[in-house]
Amino acid sequence: MFSFELLRDAIVLGLLLGCFYAAVSVGLSISFGLLDVPQVAHPAFLVLASYGVYLCNDRFDIDPLLAGVLLTPLFFVLGIVTYRLYYETFERRGSDAAVRGIAFFFGVAFIIEVLIILQFGVDQRSVTAPYIGKAWRFAGMRIPIRQLVAFGVALALTVLLATYLSRTFLGRAIRAVAQDEEGLRLMGANPVRIKQLAFGIATAVVAVAGALMIIVAPVEPTLDRVYIGRTFCVVVMAGLGSITGTLIAALILGVAESIVLTMFGASWAPAISFALLLGVLTVRPQGLLGR
Amino acid sequence: MSRNSIAFWLGAIIFLAVTLTMTQLVRNEYPFFAGYVILQFVVLSVAWTILGGYAGYVNFGTNAFFGAGVYTAVFLAQAYEAPLGVQIAVAAVVGSLLGLGVGLMTLRMRGIFFSIATIALAIIVETTVTNWRFVGGAAGIQLQRPPVMAPFDSYVKMLFFVQALLVVASVAITRGIQNSWIGRGLHALRDDELAAECTGVPTLRLKLVACVISGALIAAGGAPAAMYLQYADPGSAFNLTTSVSVLAMALIGGTSHWIGPVIGAILLGTTQQLLAVTISSEINVLVLGIMLVLFVVGAPKGIIGLVRRSKPHGERA
Repeated sequence: MFSFELLRDAIVLGLLLGCFYAAVSVGLSISFGLLDVPQVAHPAFLVLASYGVYLCNDRFDIDPLLAGVLLTPLFFVLGIVTYRLYYETFERRGSDAAVRGIAFFFGVAFIIEVLIILQFGVDQRSVTAPYIGKAWRFAGMRIPIRQLVAFGVALALTVLLATYLSRTFLGRAIRAVAQDEEGLRLMGANPVRIKQLAFGIATAVVAVAGALMIIVAPVEPTLDRVYIGRTFCVVVMAGLGSITGTLIAALILGVAESIVLTMFGASWAPAISFALLLGVLTVRPQGLLGR
Repeated sequence: MSRNSIAFWLGAIIFLAVTLTMTQLVRNEYPFFAGYVILQFVVLSVAWTILGGYAGYVNFGTNAFFGAGVYTAVFLAQAYEAPLGVQIAVAAVVGSLLGLGVGLMTLRMRGIFFSIATIALAIIVETTVTNWRFVGGAAGIQLQRPPVMAPFDSYVKMLFFVQALLVVASVAITRGIQNSWIGRGLHALRDDELAAECTGVPTLRLKLVACVISGALIAAGGAPAAMYLQYADPGSAFNLTTSVSVLAMALIGGTSHWIGPVIGAILLGTTQQLLAVTISSEINVLVLGIMLVLFVVGAPKGIIGLVRRSKPHGERA
């Protein structure tokens, strides 16, 4: 049964998948990793973005990637509104903000799920584009172009965000607010406004990631539940808030899932991310590149 | 026994007498069919409160315990044709073992990380069951109900009464914990775990006790669901909606007193039953989401908190 070619294929596809996972997790890496907001509705936002892209593609025949980019301003505003609501109701009142916040975001996720079901039904939806459905043959392997597109965009997105956070003034301010909010306040900056901006960026990224999600595979309204595990696994494994760590952790998850899928079958795959997550939480809670 | 306790047990006996009489007098099966679900949620959310409310460890893995209960019952029914009582008892044991595992996780995690870890646990248990052929795997399994026992004329009525017994058992246990040193210890570690540990509260032991009892009760409450539906599949036995419903019920009622989850479960459970009949099950989830958001934002201490705030010098039960 075992063959090295099978393993090699699994690893290559796993790396492609891993890059895609990095793209869907990188927003959460900012909102949960840097800002400590328990954004459990992040995957629901992803699915929402996917449906937005689907709508643009289906009605107006817009390329899914372009549609994702077009949706970013909308999601930026959505992110700012969400953070504002979270801040006013939980963060400002302190104490058990995180725990009640997670319940709040679960509620939000369920509301989004049902609204999508009411609007689009429970069927799977997919988009059409010239590069979907074709494959690239390379050294005896068959790599779907859609995976390559996701790979490229995901890589660009991650690098872009990492550069933004480490090189620009606002990016550094965002990292500063994560490290020492009080210190930032003493410097005369308003930490809430910086966090609000950061959350807006994190949610704007979701729009593009959502486009990738529906490019890679068809999307259904309750898909977010699987991605709760994947995204949180990646972010926690990465070490909260590290963008480079997010990419590495996502690649590990992608390869692990792909190998398990090839060796043991698809039915075991959903547990991989959660098993990794549990393992990381018990053995190394600060993650691979923890802050 | 204090006056409070006498009143409680009297209430419990009256409750059981009323439910038993109902099963004998009412012909229509539907009230029992719907009532079963409401009672089940009372058991689940009261049991959840031991860990999630008293100890402050918010467990999102209720579905892991519930599903474990369901599948323990399925396995026993398939393999040994075990009677319902045995199914529930063994489910409680399985649930307590799972609870022990969760309790050990609290060693390293708290707050949101604990919550995420419990979601993870649920998915792992679900995947294991999905890959377990004997209990039907992903496709699910049909179950045959055994003949119904003496005073009852239908199986659903019997399950309804069994669930009523479980309600009394779980409320009594939870109330016992709340009024004992265990409850006070849990309260202390909820407020400040480090301070509690330093002043000699055995936090680890208390957390383990809370996890084990909570887990055992949730699994026991889930066990009859197999025979209730005469069918089980991993997707619905381990549905995340169960977890969030239970959490919502406890939060809506208030988690500082056992009466909170009882009120929450009756309120939300009844609403959901009515909506499921009149409109659709999707609306159910929508109402769940909206109620959860509204209460978490507007009434963080639940209905109990609202009542207490309206009479600030009122007595504390």
